[in-house]
Amino acid sequence: MAKVTPPAGKSGALPPNDDIGEAKRLELYRLQVLLREAEQRAFDLFLQNQIKGTSHLSLGQEAIAAGCAAAMQPGDLSFCTYRGHAHTLARGVPVEKVLGELMGRDNGLMRGKGGSMHLTSVEHGVMGSYAIIGAHIPIACGAAWRAQYKGASDVSVCFFGDGTTNIGAFHEGINYAAIHKLPVVFVCENNLYMEYTPIADVIPVKYPAADRASAYGLERILIDGNDADVVYRTMLKAFAKARAGEGPSLIECLTYRHSGHSRADPAKYRPEGELEKWKQRDPIKIYRERLKSFDFPDETMAAIDAEIKKIIDDATTACQAAPTTSTDILFTDVYADGGWAWRN
Amino acid sequence: MAELTYRDAVARAIAQEMTRDENVVFLGEDVAKAGGVFKATVGLLDKFGPKRVIDTPISEQAILGAAMGAAMTGLRPIAEIMFADFIAVCYDYIANEFPKTRYMTNGQVGCPLVVRCGGGGGSRFGAQHSQCIENWVMQFPGLKVVSPSSPIDVIGLLAAAVRDDDPVMFLEHKSLYATKGEVPDGEILDRLGTAKILRAGSDATILALGMMVPRSVAAAERLQAEYGVNVEVVDVRSLVPLDTQCILGSVAKTGRLFTVEENPRVLGWGAEVVSIVADEAFYDLDGPPIRITTPNIPLPAADQLEDMAIPSVDRIVATIRKSLAA
Repeated sequence: MAKVTPPAGKSGALPPNDDIGEAKRLELYRLQVLLREAEQRAFDLFLQNQIKGTSHLSLGQEAIAAGCAAAMQPGDLSFCTYRGHAHTLARGVPVEKVLGELMGRDNGLMRGKGGSMHLTSVEHGVMGSYAIIGAHIPIACGAAWRAQYKGASDVSVCFFGDGTTNIGAFHEGINYAAIHKLPVVFVCENNLYMEYTPIADVIPVKYPAADRASAYGLERILIDGNDADVVYRTMLKAFAKARAGEGPSLIECLTYRHSGHSRADPAKYRPEGELEKWKQRDPIKIYRERLKSFDFPDETMAAIDAEIKKIIDDATTACQAAPTTSTDILFTDVYADGGWAWRN
Repeated sequence: MAELTYRDAVARAIAQEMTRDENVVFLGEDVAKAGGVFKATVGLLDKFGPKRVIDTPISEQAILGAAMGAAMTGLRPIAEIMFADFIAVCYDYIANEFPKTRYMTNGQVGCPLVVRCGGGGGSRFGAQHSQCIENWVMQFPGLKVVSPSSPIDVIGLLAAAVRDDDPVMFLEHKSLYATKGEVPDGEILDRLGTAKILRAGSDATILALGMMVPRSVAAAERLQAEYGVNVEVVDVRSLVPLDTQCILGSVAKTGRLFTVEENPRVLGWGAEVVSIVADEAFYDLDGPPIRITTPNIPLPAADQLEDMAIPSVDRIVATIRKSLAA
């Protein structure tokens, strides 16, 4: 089977004063650190049994969520998967709301009615996290169809993993977007493993999304998903194309998850040394070096690190102090009238 | 007032709603240029254009997923799944997506959309193009389920479904498309969650849905004419919300309950209704509630086999006579 290795590092190879600019670079760094620390905290709280159920962490994949969110505009819509904490936080949803949801507290994003796999914040453009593989690909098409129909300028972004590329809804949805030139961007986070099985074991091509793009008349786009600058630049182009009415993009980002598929998975199926090799290409490490190469002082990064640590700590304390969700919401919002009555 | 077929009522209802609200859009396989495989949507493309009336690929998941995303963000889509049986290939949206979104998001977002499909037997299409699927869809909290039996109800209930803020499964019956009924001019709007007493009676209550409604009315007329049995026929129309009060009221009046269901027996809608009546009106009953259903078999294709499987007027009459000893 085709072997995918980490892309070669290019830290420090870019000229100073490039297209991205100082403010955006600091935003990208800050976002990645925020996502890393929030996920690490979620993991710790799981180990302490303060978070129940399951969780699917994005540790190691932060550059994708950060690079995409930094390129999005207010009003653009995110459609995430059950591995959606990072994409939700990246759109500006407060850490407390996300941790609170994971902990089943009343301050949670959906007051505990959705849980880790269904984070949704319409006010931030996060139109849901979908836990059935591939279901949200056609749904994102529908939101993009509405934008096209109404003449609105927003773009819908649909995130999914490598495993999604083998389910029917993936092919139905991307075909549908392509024939109608819908303003939607499909972002495949190829972290090399579906759940436990390597994606390479179950596909006849090397790259599960990029190598299938031609079937829908789309450009083959394969990028380093651990370099936030690369992600950001690629997304800017895709969004511009979508807003110009030129249709969807399918972008495959190569990355690696540092933890297992879910809380239950210690990821022992990995070959020895693979994780260490990818950790050399840790997106945050890459980005810190990048900033240094642009002569950002260490103190700037240290100040951001400290600010993030305080945000995570404060959010954790707030969630631990928050009441558990009141049981009176058990029967609310089944139907649009606010209740659950299915008969008179 | 004009006589209209059930088929033409579908197109009239969609046109009524698309004229009223520009957010109403319509998509499905062969629905635009061809006017639908059952010719129930003829003329809509000419009237509303290809931006609002859309021929899709054979991609049931894309149809329902696109309808959902559009509904979540402000449109009012009507999606056609040609044969009701095909709901099985896009069941995720019915089971996991539409009905749970509002609840899981704590009310942040809903899915105001309608899925229309043609179901039911009588066309000799065999086991994969003939099913009544009420029991596939009425089990999901958050989803509404409607099934009209007449042209006027097609218009009134479809209009109500489009205007409803919840996802609605709108189950048409293929064998009713050619049937006719009087329909008044002008806008028609009905209410979901309302049953209709089509024939008043005092000796027994029949609850029926879809094609079983005209058969039940015919059976009631024969029971009256030939055996002097006076049967009340209730068209249930809406399984979710269910008009339980109408059903309980009828049972209180007649003391006997018969459900006539085209679905195979196990877990048919009548089982839930009988359970409610047993819980809440047991002492109104003068005898056991009886379910008249298609037996628990896949539907066969040949004339004589399919006719034997689906409840007929003869079977309804015979079952009620035997039970009432009339």
